Amino acid sequence: MAVKNNKSVGIFIVDDELSVRDSLTKWFKEFNYRVDSAGDATETLKKIKPGKWDIAFLDIKLPGMDGTELNRKIKEIDPEIKTIMITAHSSVESAVKSLKDGAYDYVTKPVDPDYLIHLVEKIMKQKELVSENARLKDRIQDFYEHDQIPCQSPAMERVYDLIEAVAPTDTTVMIRGESGTGKELLARSIHSASPRRYFPIITINCGGLTPGLTESEFFGHEKGAFTGALYRRMGKLEMANQGTIFLDEVGCLDAKTQTDLLRVIESKQFTRVGGDKEISVDFRLICATNRNLEQAVENGEFREDLYYRLNVFAVNVPPLRERRPDILLLAKHMLKKFTIGMNKKLIRFSPEAIELLENHAWAGNVRELRNCVERAVVVAVGEEVSAESLPIISNSRHQPQDKSLSAFEKSHIQSILDEAGGNIMQAANALGIDRTTLYNKIEKYGLRR
Amino acid sequence: MPLHFDDDQLLDDLSTTITQVLHAPAVILKDQLSIKETWDPVRQQMNSSLILNRLRQTKTDDPGKIIGVTDFDLFLPILTYVFGEADLDGTAAVVSSNRFRDEHYGLPPNRASLSKRLQKEAIHELGHTLGLVHCYQVSCVMRPSSYVEEIDYKSLGFCRTCQSQAQGSIDGSSASLNDS
Repeated sequence: MAVKNNKSVGIFIVDDELSVRDSLTKWFKEFNYRVDSAGDATETLKKIKPGKWDIAFLDIKLPGMDGTELNRKIKEIDPEIKTIMITAHSSVESAVKSLKDGAYDYVTKPVDPDYLIHLVEKIMKQKELVSENARLKDRIQDFYEHDQIPCQSPAMERVYDLIEAVAPTDTTVMIRGESGTGKELLARSIHSASPRRYFPIITINCGGLTPGLTESEFFGHEKGAFTGALYRRMGKLEMANQGTIFLDEVGCLDAKTQTDLLRVIESKQFTRVGGDKEISVDFRLICATNRNLEQAVENGEFREDLYYRLNVFAVNVPPLRERRPDILLLAKHMLKKFTIGMNKKLIRFSPEAIELLENHAWAGNVRELRNCVERAVVVAVGEEVSAESLPIISNSRHQPQDKSLSAFEKSHIQSILDEAGGNIMQAANALGIDRTTLYNKIEKYGLRR
Repeated sequence: MPLHFDDDQLLDDLSTTITQVLHAPAVILKDQLSIKETWDPVRQQMNSSLILNRLRQTKTDDPGKIIGVTDFDLFLPILTYVFGEADLDGTAAVVSSNRFRDEHYGLPPNRASLSKRLQKEAIHELGHTLGLVHCYQVSCVMRPSSYVEEIDYKSLGFCRTCQSQAQGSIDGSSASLNDS
């Protein structure tokens, strides 16, 4: 598009000198802007309507109501309009006063043409960014509302209730659950529903940190801090400023990093590796682990003080096998997502495929289900996903899971323990048994606390 | 129309270029038009809007366009300077060669640059009289320029969109002339 569609941009000129009004009107029209003008305040106030004009040029010296007073009146009608005061050298003081009353800028007569057009372009760019920002914020909200994982099991609904309650706060959250249960997705949901959602969420996979570079990953480094540190690098804590840090597999942190992290959580300050300047950061902490941290504390592998710092609000994500009503719902959700992505026309699972999905043990949890559906969508033909296209070992459907009472008891006690964050008293109360009985059951089934 | 402009060679070259680019005949008027009253002694510049008024007064029923060429520096009351001014979709335009001279910027004279700049800005202003607004195609002559470097960067011709609009306007004027 060679000619800019400037017609949508409205410029209003107020000057008592006809020659100034006319020449400026004409000059802006050559840029294809929508332009109108007035010679005094009365005429101006008749023509200014909310949302009609983007920019108004106001001469300071006007008959009757002067430019500074007119600026205030215009702002009352339309606070979004950007006003630019036109002034002679002698009235710069009045122009500066207008800036305090919300004028965007002032220009001194005569104006450099290049400056004037750049000023207009700058204002329009700024207005564009403001409206783009509002649009993006709406979209982020939209993403959050639509990115919820579908569920109908009471266990998962409880998890979402907890997330909804904790998200708007700044409380540190510990998400616990087996590998593949969607802990990171939940962490993102918490971040998206928090007031920090317009700032980044930075993930650190504590299980995948390179020994020797962990400190630099967390805190960053100064140029020359170590061999190969050719440039200053920002650490992930610094990147997450005003946002959220998600520490995945937090149970894998080594002793030194645990100590460093504890200090940062307490002081919200750190120094880059090789630096001496204290850097202040403001972040919310969300952690996830599939490890029995209580056991790790008992074994001396995890600092007890850090454990209490992190385990402020525990959310236990149940494994997929314990929320069977969700399996088909999730599978259908994923089927829809992948068919759109791969442009296929699959619309349903065959009855055999549904049976297979519902009876599988899903040791890899939602991640396994996701990969399974993705593969099935790739290989399936026609409108139906058959049992054969599911990458599930075929004999698994003939091996129903252990449905004995003891297996159910074991699984139920474990989930209550997880929910209580390993608190024996709390779990015993929930189960309606005494502590000794619970200890016996834990020992009998080899449960984790 | 030359306005206190006595470089015949530049005018001849400009006339030839206008004919080539706009595909319309260009004539150099020999009448003397006084623009003394447009002189602002404080700013030491000519008021381009007042010059346009004078040029409009010289127009008769001829549906063609008139462009004044001067070497005096031009200004609009609100702006420090302009290279030229035109009536948008109107009849008159004016262009000044004053700031097209390299000497204005402390450089040795360069006649070729002066001539090209004058031609580009004259075509630009005539483009406005044909109803064209500023264009942001990099090489289009209707691209706005505040500095001579920007004039040097653009070409002497219109982009396809502007060319088609300019031609439409010229053809429309010719048709109305034939009708009358």
